[in-house]
Amino acid sequence: MSSASIEKGIRMIREQIDAPIASFFSSCVHCGMCADACHFYVQTGDPRYTPINKVEPMRRIWEQEYTLWGRIKATLGLSRKVNAQDFEAWEELVYDGCSLCGRCSLVCPVGNDISDMIRKIREGFAVAGHAPEGLVGATRRAVEIGSPMGVRLSALEAQIRHLKHDTGLDAPLDQAGADYLVLLSSMEIMNFPEYLEAIARIMQQAGKTWTISSRAFEATNSGVQIGVSDIAAELVQRVVDAAEELGVKTVISPECGHAYTAIRFEGPNLIGRPYNFRVQHILEVLEEFRQQGLLKTKGKETDRMTFHDPCQLVRKGGVIEAPRNLLGMVTDSFVEMRDHAEMNWCCGGGGGVSANERADELKSKAFNQKKSQLDELGVDTLVTACANCRITLEEGLERNDMDIPVIGLTEMLADHLVEEPGKGGET
Amino acid sequence: MTADAFLSFARGTGFDWALTIFVFGMLLRLFEVLSLGRKPDLSEGRGSGVQGGLKTIVTRTLPRAAVFAREPVRIINGYVFHIGFLAVLFLYEPHIELFDAKMGLSWPGLPTGIINALGVLTIFSLLLALALRLTSPVLKFLSTGSDYLAWLVTLLPVLTGYLAYNHMLLPYTAMLAVHILSVELLMVVAPFTKLTHMFSFMLARWYQGYRAGHRGVES
Repeated sequence: MSSASIEKGIRMIREQIDAPIASFFSSCVHCGMCADACHFYVQTGDPRYTPINKVEPMRRIWEQEYTLWGRIKATLGLSRKVNAQDFEAWEELVYDGCSLCGRCSLVCPVGNDISDMIRKIREGFAVAGHAPEGLVGATRRAVEIGSPMGVRLSALEAQIRHLKHDTGLDAPLDQAGADYLVLLSSMEIMNFPEYLEAIARIMQQAGKTWTISSRAFEATNSGVQIGVSDIAAELVQRVVDAAEELGVKTVISPECGHAYTAIRFEGPNLIGRPYNFRVQHILEVLEEFRQQGLLKTKGKETDRMTFHDPCQLVRKGGVIEAPRNLLGMVTDSFVEMRDHAEMNWCCGGGGGVSANERADELKSKAFNQKKSQLDELGVDTLVTACANCRITLEEGLERNDMDIPVIGLTEMLADHLVEEPGKGGET
Repeated sequence: MTADAFLSFARGTGFDWALTIFVFGMLLRLFEVLSLGRKPDLSEGRGSGVQGGLKTIVTRTLPRAAVFAREPVRIINGYVFHIGFLAVLFLYEPHIELFDAKMGLSWPGLPTGIINALGVLTIFSLLLALALRLTSPVLKFLSTGSDYLAWLVTLLPVLTGYLAYNHMLLPYTAMLAVHILSVELLMVVAPFTKLTHMFSFMLARWYQGYRAGHRGVES
């Protein structure tokens, strides 16, 4: 890498440092508790994966630039400037070895939000040209095609045709004035079209109108994952433009973890203004329907099942009770994992790790944490609410010869809907 | 220099200098943090950031069960050290008299026998902390010279205080002077090491808690 791009990276990291970040570095006592919270450390035993170590280059930049003592040390030659070798060495820790799951932030005794620091240091690494190829490609496709997986509108239209053909239900495109604008992840369009059908059926039962924007149907945000705020903002803006143009009241983020926090909490800060519509995760919408009596189900699952909490939902998004209440409608044999809700362990594929082919081996090691949780429970079925978790879990289970089907919660609820012909709004 | 002159320096000029460096150093460190500011959060809140921040300042003092189960020794030892150190510092009668003299504030203390025992416990917890730092792969990996320096300047006041109180190693007056100097060393070093966490932890917890409160998530 040229020294110019390294300089850019350092400048970008410097720009990311605000009072919270400075307070975090000022407070770290090197107690090492964050290591024990991290599946990458716990499963590899490699201390380099200690979360706070992943932002060591940022700490040095902070100390040298923003503290008097650090400046004196740097002037006296007592500390070394961050250089190209550091970017080289830390790239793997910053991207492959962190799924931005936020578990470390929750256990830090002094209160450091370490995963947010890693989210921020990525801004510097991306601009310095030190981001993994897989993630760079996904981000490029997101900008150019509108989907990190390169899924085009025609692919979505094909799925909508299948839906009409199989069920007679429609997924209306670009319908102005609908109650809900539904976003999808590419993974759902390509791998889990059951989600689209579930939405169509649930909305029909609830008597709500909904639409999908042909211009902005993708929910995920590669810009957030790779750490390029300009791109992240552009991707958010597409959704905001679509929502405002169609005049919807609520935008629904699909079964995906980071897509939700990206649009719900990072979004307004990325584009620099609040929205004039609401953003809800699909589970929040379903929970609202349940409370309003708009979600009617019949029958219960008999399989012993557990719920894998998507990290971004529980630790960054606050969606904890909804899935449990909803599961209660359709199963009596639900069991919790030992560490669940806000203390849940990541599947290993979050934070862009699953888009980063280079990280495959490390990701499957990290999955062993989830495996041990599942081994302990001995469940027949695993339910989750994130397409990315789902694919990562399916891969991990397959690799470990574990015969546990993984189901999306929305889809499971739709399977239990009481069909009431004639009732509910036409979509 | 006689022991008396030594003590009088430690109590006088030495203390004043150390206190000045401590106070201004810490204020500078806090200013360095706060002056960076932060952008307002434009996302629609689900809860109160202020409540979340205040709550986290308190609740983060206790470990989560899942964390405790993984590192019980390290965590219990952390409590023993912090409680022991703070008790010896703030609840030993002669220390309270000093605070009274300097700031006009006083409060009830603990019997000296208990303080003596707490001092021993604190020293042992620091020794165990060092042993853990030298043996745990993560702690060994993370530790820098500054961590060991912070450990040493924290140990010395407790150790010399114990030796002075029990009239060990040196004549009382000399050991008392050494004790006071070691406290001054701690005060001078603190603003330039991780010991800044004694104040900044509240900011760190506040910032994370504020954000969590705004989002309506646990913290």
